[in-house]
Amino acid sequence: MKFSLTWLKDHLETSATLAEITDALNAIGLEVEGVEDPAQRLAGFTVAEVLTAEKHPDADKLQVLTVNTGSGDQLQVVCGAPNARAGMKGVLGQPGAVVPSNGMKLKKSAIRGVESNGMMCSVRELELGEDHDGIIELPADAPAGHSFADYHGSSPIIDVAITPNRPDCMGVHGIARDLAAAGLGTLKPIAFPKFAASGACPTEIRTDDAEGCPAFYGRVITGVKNGASPDWLQQRLASAGQKPISLLVDLTNYLMLAFGRPAHAYDLAKLTGAVVARRAKNGEQIVALNDKTYTLDDSMTVIADDAGVHDVAGIMGGLESGCSAETTDVLLEIAYFNPAQIGVTGRKLGLASDARTRFERGVDPAFLDDGLDLLTGLIVELGGGTASEVTRAGSPPSDAKVVAFDPALTASLGGVDVAEAEQRRILESLDFEVGADWKVTCPLRRHDIEGPADLVEEVVRIHGLDNVASVALPRAEGVARPTASPEQKLERKLRRAAAGAGLDEAITWSFISEEEAARVGGGVWSLDNPISEDMKVMRPSLLPGLLSAVKRNVDRGASSLQLFEIGRRYLADGEHPTLVAVLAGEKTARGWDTGKPTHFDAYDAKAMCLQLLEAAGAPVHKLMVMPAESIADIYHPGQSASLRLGPKNQLASFGTIHPAMLDAFDIDVPVVALGIHLDAIPAPKVKKGASPSFARAAYSPPALQSVTRDFAFLVPAELPAGDLLRSVKGADKVNIVDAKIFDVFAGQGVAEGKKSIAVEVTLQPQEKSFKDAELKAISDAVIAAAQKQGAELRG
Amino acid sequence: MTDLTDQKTAALAAIYAAETLEALDEQRVAALGKKGWVSLALKTLGGMSPEERTQAAPAIQATRSEVADSIAARKAALESAALAEKLASETLDLTLPAPDTKTGSVHPVSQVMDELAEIFADLGFSVATGPEIEDDWHNFTALNMDESHPARAMHDTFYLPDPASSSEAVGGDENASSSEAVGEQKRMLLRTHTSPVQIRSMKANGAPIRIIAPGRVYRSDSDATHTPMFHQVEGLVIDKNIHLGHLKWTLETFLKAFFEREDIVLRLRPSYFPFTEPSVEVDVGYANTGGRRVVGGSGDDDGHDWMELLGSGMVNRRVLESAGVDPDEYQGFAFGVGVDRLAMLKYGMDDLRAFFDGDARWLSHYGFSAFDQPTLSAGVGVKP
Repeated sequence: MKFSLTWLKDHLETSATLAEITDALNAIGLEVEGVEDPAQRLAGFTVAEVLTAEKHPDADKLQVLTVNTGSGDQLQVVCGAPNARAGMKGVLGQPGAVVPSNGMKLKKSAIRGVESNGMMCSVRELELGEDHDGIIELPADAPAGHSFADYHGSSPIIDVAITPNRPDCMGVHGIARDLAAAGLGTLKPIAFPKFAASGACPTEIRTDDAEGCPAFYGRVITGVKNGASPDWLQQRLASAGQKPISLLVDLTNYLMLAFGRPAHAYDLAKLTGAVVARRAKNGEQIVALNDKTYTLDDSMTVIADDAGVHDVAGIMGGLESGCSAETTDVLLEIAYFNPAQIGVTGRKLGLASDARTRFERGVDPAFLDDGLDLLTGLIVELGGGTASEVTRAGSPPSDAKVVAFDPALTASLGGVDVAEAEQRRILESLDFEVGADWKVTCPLRRHDIEGPADLVEEVVRIHGLDNVASVALPRAEGVARPTASPEQKLERKLRRAAAGAGLDEAITWSFISEEEAARVGGGVWSLDNPISEDMKVMRPSLLPGLLSAVKRNVDRGASSLQLFEIGRRYLADGEHPTLVAVLAGEKTARGWDTGKPTHFDAYDAKAMCLQLLEAAGAPVHKLMVMPAESIADIYHPGQSASLRLGPKNQLASFGTIHPAMLDAFDIDVPVVALGIHLDAIPAPKVKKGASPSFARAAYSPPALQSVTRDFAFLVPAELPAGDLLRSVKGADKVNIVDAKIFDVFAGQGVAEGKKSIAVEVTLQPQEKSFKDAELKAISDAVIAAAQKQGAELRG
Repeated sequence: MTDLTDQKTAALAAIYAAETLEALDEQRVAALGKKGWVSLALKTLGGMSPEERTQAAPAIQATRSEVADSIAARKAALESAALAEKLASETLDLTLPAPDTKTGSVHPVSQVMDELAEIFADLGFSVATGPEIEDDWHNFTALNMDESHPARAMHDTFYLPDPASSSEAVGGDENASSSEAVGEQKRMLLRTHTSPVQIRSMKANGAPIRIIAPGRVYRSDSDATHTPMFHQVEGLVIDKNIHLGHLKWTLETFLKAFFEREDIVLRLRPSYFPFTEPSVEVDVGYANTGGRRVVGGSGDDDGHDWMELLGSGMVNRRVLESAGVDPDEYQGFAFGVGVDRLAMLKYGMDDLRAFFDGDARWLSHYGFSAFDQPTLSAGVGVKP
């Protein structure tokens, strides 16, 4: 909230400078968001006297003034204001000054052929109010040539952010109290203007909703003149960013801004019968002061009369019974509303107001009578009229919270030693009553105090957090233990393996569009309130986000991309850590040696996938290549596969992205991709009970050289080469240590429906070199195993 | 004998004149071949008397050696010349570019998270995680923000229907009031902070506890400096006798290690968070240098100012109670800080939105080598 320094000084007797005050506000938890000095905005504007005023020769509505600037100079100024006349004093902006309302820099000009050397200003142009009917008229004794800012007495405006736990500081008086406690001066007592109350309140006031409105006090004032507010009031409201409207409205706003106490003034002429706090009827409507119609329900408290609803309780009054210039008789309402209920109502209606902000955080339950008297006194003093007695319905909460406090807690929780006497002084200066036994009675306005920790906060913030000394955390004995979980270590390995393999790590949004989600099997988590349709569904796959990134990069001219992301997929059964990589466009650029670029293919995706799985510690040699998951149209159906440890346990998939998918993302380069399910990778096995050891299985390289044998098989064309290879490898699990396919051929010389696959088998002798008979036996076993796959040895 | 000498002279001349291995071989055959003149001369020895042989043999043998050596020498010379010629023909223009090798990169957010894990591991903090799709209870209620709490309004929350319960919700209007109370707790949302991990960790492991919890968080907020998704790291220490002074030390130590500067100065300001009491907002001093904010020094120094960096405080006893920790036995502190923000301050990025765009040029400029895994011994930061 904003307030001027002058306003603060209405409540705080202090000799502190502005800087001292703002430092103190920050130190006690009232964060200063800004300080604005209107004197700077009014620089270049001075008090001036109009010496002559003649009609403009070429314009009916303009006058040509001669102005005494006070420095002995006389300036000619063209002015359109009807009230400009010889002998008056006003505010002159000379060339170079910047008009606050529109940021325009004044300069010499000619208006309809007549030279003008400045501008006589209106209230609105200087942002001092709304009046724009004419130029500012200053008293006759205003000193010409004097800085207008000085003359006007403009005061710096302080903007503080009040945290939601401190509604008691949502008024200048409360802020002054905190500052006084922090040693910045003395809190001034509230000055109540005297008035005489006569006669009972003529309007019946009731609360039929003790839960929503525990207390409703009211009073009628008749014969008020609801004119413009005096300058001091207008200036204070203006410093808070409030437009002055009329005396009655301004004074209720003043009570709220100065004391954090919302109140409402009804035009009595618009009310009929008793004024009652009650639950709204379902479907009941009100046109609020903001000109909008709200439909209410029976969870909401309203103030109503016989005719209908006049106030959404604690949030906003009704347009119909609001005060206008014609208002002479008013009913003042000062009530205590249930904070939680105000919050619910406000959220339901989507209606925010300064009153709601205060009521839902909790106003001072002990400030109903005082608030009403203060408001009444000010109205009578400034607008005249006769006040009735107060009528009271219900009563506000009055049970003060008592906290058993141990001043030692300030050191043990707050980390700072504060003498007991000083702790007592601090609490008492904030209106806490501190008993000899440290039973602390809280002021009713401090809804935020729940227990001893809150009192520690009060003491520490006023004493100064600067005084809290750093104390090292106790350190565990010995060397630091590893703190990462297996999942985190896996993620780190994969991330750095992927980056080491040439991929760039991207981070894309967790939410994607419904359409994108549908293309990868559909998302189950859809936001109720997405920021846009493009960010609506929690991604069931990381692929759409990366394809969108590919698209953006290609549009920026990238010809080759290798991106990966490690993040979560959001499925019905939870969140699954996943790595997805995309290899897009050129694998190698057009070069001097090859001429043509090459593009990534499914084998590149497979190689990357296996490389990463290997780095992740997955049992790569045990993985089976199987068809990719059945979600249609992610991958090219003939150029994709999954890697599994058993039919149901898919660790990864890879392949060429389906052309229809690329079309959907408007990508015109080939893309291959791979995905790894981190949570499907089996954790390294540690035998139960065995102490985890770093030692590896014993090993020494074999002394004898390995030998290789080549085999060429004719197999059915549809036989996956991997099946043949697995059979060959399995033919002799002791002696065969490796088998590689080094040729695949179909066509001339190979029968229709067949293909030729050549395999190099590596044999490792153990103790002794192989004898011919042993080699023949192994060979026969290889051929027999291959035959089971329908292969025959090529002649 | 003169014959032999003449023949040798002529042969040596021919050998040295041979320009090719073939020509040289012809000379070898002519001299040393079966019918070569050296061989024939050697054969004459067979028909000689021992005396004659003793006299003639040394010259013939010497001639043979000389011719053979000359042929070998010439052969070596010719081969060497041939290799030189071959090598000359194989010259490459090595100013031509080699095949590209692509260098990958680790995203700054991941790098900074690894840095944080390293720094806090040294202080005994483990890394904890939790779900991003949270329920209302863990994200708000357990953190002392019940349904009516005004602070909830400060969190621009993304809500989700619970797919598991949506089938029940359909047509369940008749018991609206009672199901609402249950639904409130079950209502799903995207976590607005990493603080729910506090609750989950304490519930799972009890006290004492020392964790950091990095991860994605979400607010329905999007402008030049806010993205609807960003990263936070939460810190939590619960033990006996932990107080505000420990919090201050931990934050100072962490930030000094993170920025690798001894002159980090913090300003603690009282603030308000429902889950801490007392609550402390922490500012850090910085200087504006060359248009960039450089953390270090007091914000009150010349040319310096303060910036809000993180929120923290002593964990509210209600939060401990919610998480099943006895607040009369244990107390502690928590803090939360934006990871993206830390990355920007340390490594000089100025646009948060670029973090999530996936622009390969940006990634390779601001990303990190796979081999720059943060370690305490090498320093957790990476200088350009």
